[in-house]
Amino acid sequence: MLGSAKPSPVPEPARADMESLLLKSVSKQEETYLDQFRQGQKELAGWGHPWLDQVRREAMARFSGLGFPTTHREEWKYTNVAPLARIPFRPAGFVLNGLTQEKLSRFLLSDPGSSCLVFVNGHWCPGFSSLEELPQGVYAGSLADILENNPTRVEEHLARYAAFQEHAFVALNTAFLNDGAFIEISPGLVLDKPIHLLFISTVSDTATVTHPRNLILAGPSTQATIFESYVSLEDGVYMTNAVTEVVVGENAVITHCKLQEESRQAFHIATLQVQQARNSTFASHSISLGGGLVRNEINAVLGGEGIHCELNGLYAVNGSQHVDNHTLVDHAQPHCTSHELYKGILDDKASGVFNGSIVVRQDAQKTDAIQRNKNLLLSKDALINTKPQLDILADDVRCTHGATVGQVDQEAVFYLRSRGIDEEAARRVLIHGFAREIIERIKVEALVTLLEERLSAHLSTYHKTRERV
Amino acid sequence: MSTQTSNLEGLINQEYKYGFVTDIEADTVPPGLNEDVVRLISAKKEEPAWLLEWRLKALHYWQKMKEPTWANVHYQKIDYQAISYYSAPKQKKDGPKSLDEVEPELLRTYEKLGIPLHEQEKLAGVAVDAIFDSVSVATTFRKKLEEIGVIFCPFSEAVKEYPELVRRWLGTVVPYTDNFFATLNSAVFSDGSFCYIPKGVRCPMELSTYFRINAENTGQFERTLIIAEEGSYVSYLEGCTAPMRDTNQLHAAVVELVTLDNAQIRYATVQNWYPGDKEGKGGIYNFVTKRGKCLGKYSKISWTQVETGSAITWKYPGCILLGDNSIGEFYSVALANNYQQADTGTKMIHIGKNTRSTIISKGISAGHGQNTYRGKVAILKSAEGARNFSQCDSLLIGDKCGAHTFPYLEVKNSTAQVEHEASTSKIGEDQLFYCQQRGLSTDDAISMIINGFCKEVFRELPMEFAVEAQKLLGVSLEGSVG
Repeated sequence: MLGSAKPSPVPEPARADMESLLLKSVSKQEETYLDQFRQGQKELAGWGHPWLDQVRREAMARFSGLGFPTTHREEWKYTNVAPLARIPFRPAGFVLNGLTQEKLSRFLLSDPGSSCLVFVNGHWCPGFSSLEELPQGVYAGSLADILENNPTRVEEHLARYAAFQEHAFVALNTAFLNDGAFIEISPGLVLDKPIHLLFISTVSDTATVTHPRNLILAGPSTQATIFESYVSLEDGVYMTNAVTEVVVGENAVITHCKLQEESRQAFHIATLQVQQARNSTFASHSISLGGGLVRNEINAVLGGEGIHCELNGLYAVNGSQHVDNHTLVDHAQPHCTSHELYKGILDDKASGVFNGSIVVRQDAQKTDAIQRNKNLLLSKDALINTKPQLDILADDVRCTHGATVGQVDQEAVFYLRSRGIDEEAARRVLIHGFAREIIERIKVEALVTLLEERLSAHLSTYHKTRERV
Repeated sequence: MSTQTSNLEGLINQEYKYGFVTDIEADTVPPGLNEDVVRLISAKKEEPAWLLEWRLKALHYWQKMKEPTWANVHYQKIDYQAISYYSAPKQKKDGPKSLDEVEPELLRTYEKLGIPLHEQEKLAGVAVDAIFDSVSVATTFRKKLEEIGVIFCPFSEAVKEYPELVRRWLGTVVPYTDNFFATLNSAVFSDGSFCYIPKGVRCPMELSTYFRINAENTGQFERTLIIAEEGSYVSYLEGCTAPMRDTNQLHAAVVELVTLDNAQIRYATVQNWYPGDKEGKGGIYNFVTKRGKCLGKYSKISWTQVETGSAITWKYPGCILLGDNSIGEFYSVALANNYQQADTGTKMIHIGKNTRSTIISKGISAGHGQNTYRGKVAILKSAEGARNFSQCDSLLIGDKCGAHTFPYLEVKNSTAQVEHEASTSKIGEDQLFYCQQRGLSTDDAISMIINGFCKEVFRELPMEFAVEAQKLLGVSLEGSVG
């Protein structure tokens, strides 16, 4: 359960073992992926590089060993992935399906100087991407490109942080590791515009799966904002299984923002793995509005002294959506602070999970960790399971966590009504205000504008007139 | 306050003072568990057929179960065939009629433990049921309680004298299929306390049970059942000690509480089983299932526990809030010093409308101790207007110990209000400085701060227990302060 303090090299099980695992018969659901791997591995970018092949094969062996998690596993207790496991997803191809620059524009930041990398069904699409404004010293492009042409550039970092030993989906992603964004920022560089990574799904008739893999290397003393967004052109059944690894160098200040607006029938499983070095600051803002079954995992390893880590999250779901947020802050070194705030709004029959864990290791004295989870339940059938955890092995620390579940404050509604605002509007204002606290924490204006707009559009789909509790 | 704080130094260096062994001839069943042993226990207790059948059902169910491993505790696997499941002090044939007939050696044991039965009878007004290894030895004040209709007697006697009552309620809160240790208990439980408060009666005195494990290689499996009829009230205390041995002993008890309309049960535990020595050798494994069922409307169950002993504590006193407007409370102080491990907390299951629950948990870790709070608050769909407040604070003393908090909040009703707060910290240096600056020694200051930390829980304890609990805390923190 614990992440490792240092980037751990992938352990090397005996080769014979791996072969036998790959050949071993596994259950049908996992078999689909095993077949896909056997047939398609040669087409993955950078095939033939021994270290890459080995990582992929190990990950595949691990996946078939683990199988899809069941609710008997503590980490998946409240999220049942059986429906996902039952569907034989096929790898998604590069299909535009009528996608044009116009259709794309509504997903983009309005800020003229910002750069954007567009991925269609997980494949890099240079035609839609705009990288002209990127300053010298920043590399941003396709990971597949790098793996084909210059794999040694990523060898030191790729797949070294997101551990797949105990995580079937990370293992699956690593096995099919192919394309995604690769961003490298040279030491000392300050980027004043965000870099946008847009993952768009153009759904076809069959259920497809993509395994986007991003690697972000921020050198010492850099400053940057990375914005990842996951959207779909149409409603449809598909799966996104994404992994992003972020390495934050000494004194760097990195903000990562993610907007998840997948189709209502889609499965979205994502892991964000962060490795922070001394005196760095990292902030994550995770906004989940779409998707049918969503699982966001954020693991931050505080591997040096004087680190600050901030995790903010908002999940607003209705209908029959299910969203699961797992966070783990691993205080591996002394004198670090971490602040976490996750807020949830659940309507209709939606269900939510928050599982936040703070680990303070024995040496990590003077740790200051705060974790908060607040939930609004708007309907009788909505459901929330929240599980904040503290795992503390050092004594000179200050750690707190709190979780609340409640409704829209009746007194606040009354106050607004007494000022002439009708009940429906009053409730809307209060719900919106509840959600805004998260968005307000983002410092990039263009991002705030976009998120504010998406949030308003999303909240307006909530039932307007209904008997309220 | 000064009396408690001034002698902390003395208390700190004190060894486990209940670690003596009483030399009494005991009637012990050979180690092992099978149908014959269960039949033998049942026969020894002259139990009716239905109870034997219930035990056997539990045994057969248990044989198919696996020992749970999810708790945050580590210990060597228990060999269930190496434990003796029944040990009783040998007595004259017909059992004691009154205190005078109880073996004097036994009575002296209790005196050493600080519960002089005679004295207590007169002074404190506490009715004590003392359980030694597996059987109930003496119950004081029984006559007086009978006059107002309160039944307070050893479980085995209740089976004989009030079979309908026992049969009606046994296993209704903790069924024999509940969990590994509760099922084991259902198969082999030897004795315990039975308590019945009739309609509208307010029990005039505190009822109390004292548990002691004496024999070696035995497990203690007692079973307590308390039923509070409509509008009744009872306050119940239990205390536990065991001799020092370097092998581990198992204690797997089951406690069932039932409250009907407007009834209230207060259940307090001061648990001081032998915690093992400084290297973590020996000690009691305390794997207990405690649960209360608020069956009636406006009923209330409150658990208060002070857990200072045991090598491993694994215990989650819970409340099933079935009746509308019923209330569940849980107040706990858990201490893990040296190599002690405590995984404790509570479960509050809200089913009825407007049910309320409060959880206050204070964990103290010192030495190599590992303290875990694990709690579940579930608001089911039917629980309109349910309310919960939880607060779990941990205090760390020393840099080798650990504090862990694992709360589970499951809310299925939108009218519910659930709040959970937790914090972990060490004794503030500014607080210490403040006290020292006012002339208190470091030890006094620390003791004062710890007692203040636990005050919210201690004030829920009956007077005489609160004093004992504060002292216990001092003793158990031996060598860790400073």
